[in-house]
Amino acid sequence: MLEAILLTIITASTPLVIAAAGELVTERAGVLNLGVEGMMIMGAVCAFGAAHVTGYPVVGLVAGILGGALFSLLFGFLTLTLVANQVATGLALTLLGLGLSGQIGESFVGIPGVKLQPIVFPLLSDIPFVGPLLFRQDLTFYLSIALIIGVHWFLFKSRTGLKIRAIGDSHGSAHALGINVIRTRYLAVMFGGACAGLAGAQLSLVYTPQWVENMSAGRGWIALALVVFASWRPARVLAGGYIFGAVGILQLHAQAFGIGVPSQFLSMLPYAVTIVVLIIISHNRRTTLINTPACLGKPFVPDR
Amino acid sequence: MTDARSVEAGSLLSVRGLTKYFGSFAACNGIDLSIAPGEIHALLGENGAGKSTLVKMLFGVLQPNAGDIVWGGSSVSIGSPGEARALGIGMVFQHFSLFEALTVAENIALSLDPRIPLAKIAEEAASLSKAYGLPLDPNSHVADLSVGERQRIEIVRALLQNPKLIILDEPTSVLTPQEADRLFETLFKLKAEGRSVLYISHRLEEVQRICDRATVLRHGKVTGACDPKQETPASLARMMVGADVAAVHREEAPQLGDVLIEAKGLSVAARTPFAVALKNVSLTVRSGEVLAIAGVAGNGQGELFDALSGEYPVADDASVSIRGQAVGRTGINGRRLLGAGFVPEERHGHAAVSDMSLSDNLLLSRSRSDRKSFLSGGLLSVIRHDAIRETARRICGEMDVRKSGDDPNAASLSGGNLQKFIIGRELDRKPSVLIVNQPTWGVDAGAASRIRQALIDLARAGSAVIVISQDLDEIFEVATNIAVISEGKLSPSYPAGELSLERIGLLMGGIHDSTRHDQSAQAEAALAH
Repeated sequence: MLEAILLTIITASTPLVIAAAGELVTERAGVLNLGVEGMMIMGAVCAFGAAHVTGYPVVGLVAGILGGALFSLLFGFLTLTLVANQVATGLALTLLGLGLSGQIGESFVGIPGVKLQPIVFPLLSDIPFVGPLLFRQDLTFYLSIALIIGVHWFLFKSRTGLKIRAIGDSHGSAHALGINVIRTRYLAVMFGGACAGLAGAQLSLVYTPQWVENMSAGRGWIALALVVFASWRPARVLAGGYIFGAVGILQLHAQAFGIGVPSQFLSMLPYAVTIVVLIIISHNRRTTLINTPACLGKPFVPDR
Repeated sequence: MTDARSVEAGSLLSVRGLTKYFGSFAACNGIDLSIAPGEIHALLGENGAGKSTLVKMLFGVLQPNAGDIVWGGSSVSIGSPGEARALGIGMVFQHFSLFEALTVAENIALSLDPRIPLAKIAEEAASLSKAYGLPLDPNSHVADLSVGERQRIEIVRALLQNPKLIILDEPTSVLTPQEADRLFETLFKLKAEGRSVLYISHRLEEVQRICDRATVLRHGKVTGACDPKQETPASLARMMVGADVAAVHREEAPQLGDVLIEAKGLSVAARTPFAVALKNVSLTVRSGEVLAIAGVAGNGQGELFDALSGEYPVADDASVSIRGQAVGRTGINGRRLLGAGFVPEERHGHAAVSDMSLSDNLLLSRSRSDRKSFLSGGLLSVIRHDAIRETARRICGEMDVRKSGDDPNAASLSGGNLQKFIIGRELDRKPSVLIVNQPTWGVDAGAASRIRQALIDLARAGSAVIVISQDLDEIFEVATNIAVISEGKLSPSYPAGELSLERIGLLMGGIHDSTRHDQSAQAEAALAH
């Protein structure tokens, strides 16, 4: 029983972790892309379609990543090249993504999907309890863990990551140092889009292998809240992703057991917790200064 | 430039006819300049004269519309700061281009070859900074550092790139005299190594002391090239301003009247980990007195200003009083209603809202104290735009604020002109108490002298004035009494005539002599408490 619950929690948390890891990099570069939900659903529909046509779920994964990245390029063009307002553009991207994916996926409704099969590690997967949880998971789970480690290493150990943090902290100074702010931000936005697309692909290939309109069901918003909850630190994204994922799953089990917690309360919980975390971190000015990208959401126009 | 040709032949950098337009406005118009290897070259000019635009073009931040840049004998176009650095040009910006969220080493690493590991950079930065007398801890976060320390990072960062030419924009404005001396030693060391320095400063004495040649700009054009050692500060200022800068006049023995502002045992805990706690600060300023508070940046000046102005009221009501009334818990508007005026340090975003017009900025600060003249309709508080614009116009006329258009945005004014407006905004009310923090920071010589004269005139008319400043020349120009703030503690105030520069330097470093051989200083201290 416990094992089954934990398995569903892992499957529910993985897309949150993946999408939030991507958005974290985007926001560290100072770009606030509120279109995660839209990019995620675009990834989901592209992944489902590609897997359905080719019959290979891995092709679906790649298609999801590409779909999300291409869709984020639209956001990049509007906010970075045309310097449109990031908040408004992000919201528009979500609405567009939800509508467009419904249109594309119209003929997919009701078709049985192709499920991405778990990778079974010999021997390790036979360990009782731990084996099925950690060593009999699909590719997206391992990718999500690798992503968190990779993003942490990239941001805090690599020179390009340093540049990204610098741009997010002060794009004017970064420009003065000769860092190409716009190009780096494009790449960060596309990385965020690719991750959101991968998260969407996980939904339509692993979580519920089928296409349902609006199947992202607000997970993009939870991923956005998760980035703030994690105060822009990758390891905390992993922890927070599992907390938020667990809340969602426990909500279902609580209902099944007839425990009288209103489901609306549990749906609200991730956002409420995020607000509390925001209050706590804003109280400590030093943490805020050092972790929050100071240029988040601010438009950048180089003076030439 | 009498022997321009011969100088240019062997020059490291020469610039001919460099022009930059912003819209139809020529920020730089046909600038000629040449810098020889191993010389310290001064670039002088008022704010808005085009100095910053010129150096930004030399550093590749801006692209010129016309003109040539010749580097080491061949014509170059500098498309980006990266290209400038590759040529061997280093720059220390006036407005620091540092990243608060990053460590010192990370900040430095951003402008170096990405293949050099961070640990090595940290090591080199630490040893280089020590060698040049600018000690730095490479692993501390910039957010935790003082302004002076931040500048050291900029300098060390530029030096680590091993530049042939290093451009310094107003480097000493945040340093103590001792720190400035150390910087000059660094510059002489660089010069001895055959490097050139382009040194931008408003401090004419400094330019005379360390620079070999000077180029003077006014309104985007070169108005003079000279050997600053052959000139007097007055003649240099004349080249900069185009007219004689009025020397500041002060009556020798001011008539001191009643105590108008007083702080007694004022202690304030630090609000943030970066702030300084005020420890038992006491001061008394009488009518007719200008008390100047000297100190190195980050020793509690901002916190003292906040407590005296009521921006952050304090718990003990009696610890601050204005005109005999306890106001410790009173906010800034309440203190204004008692006749006080305040000018904070940062012009943009604190003293003025950059994207709002001058008249709107006027209303914002004086909507309570001048409610009767600026607002009508009782509770409706309808803004009387005509009256406010009229007042803004009067202030601009009074303080000689140069602006484009009738009521431009604060952001469009140069630093000096905006500062004149902000000070004029307070002076216009004829405040009985005026407290200003860094009144002439980054302000050109003409505007600075005007502002200082206005402060002295205000005191002479019977007001009490507190000037918080890091500029010792300014302090000696305006002060009747001087106190020094160090680590949140304020020294007793001494008559300006009885303090030497060395003594202030020691007080700034937190060394209070206990011998008190100076009888009158002792008497003054007794009077102050």
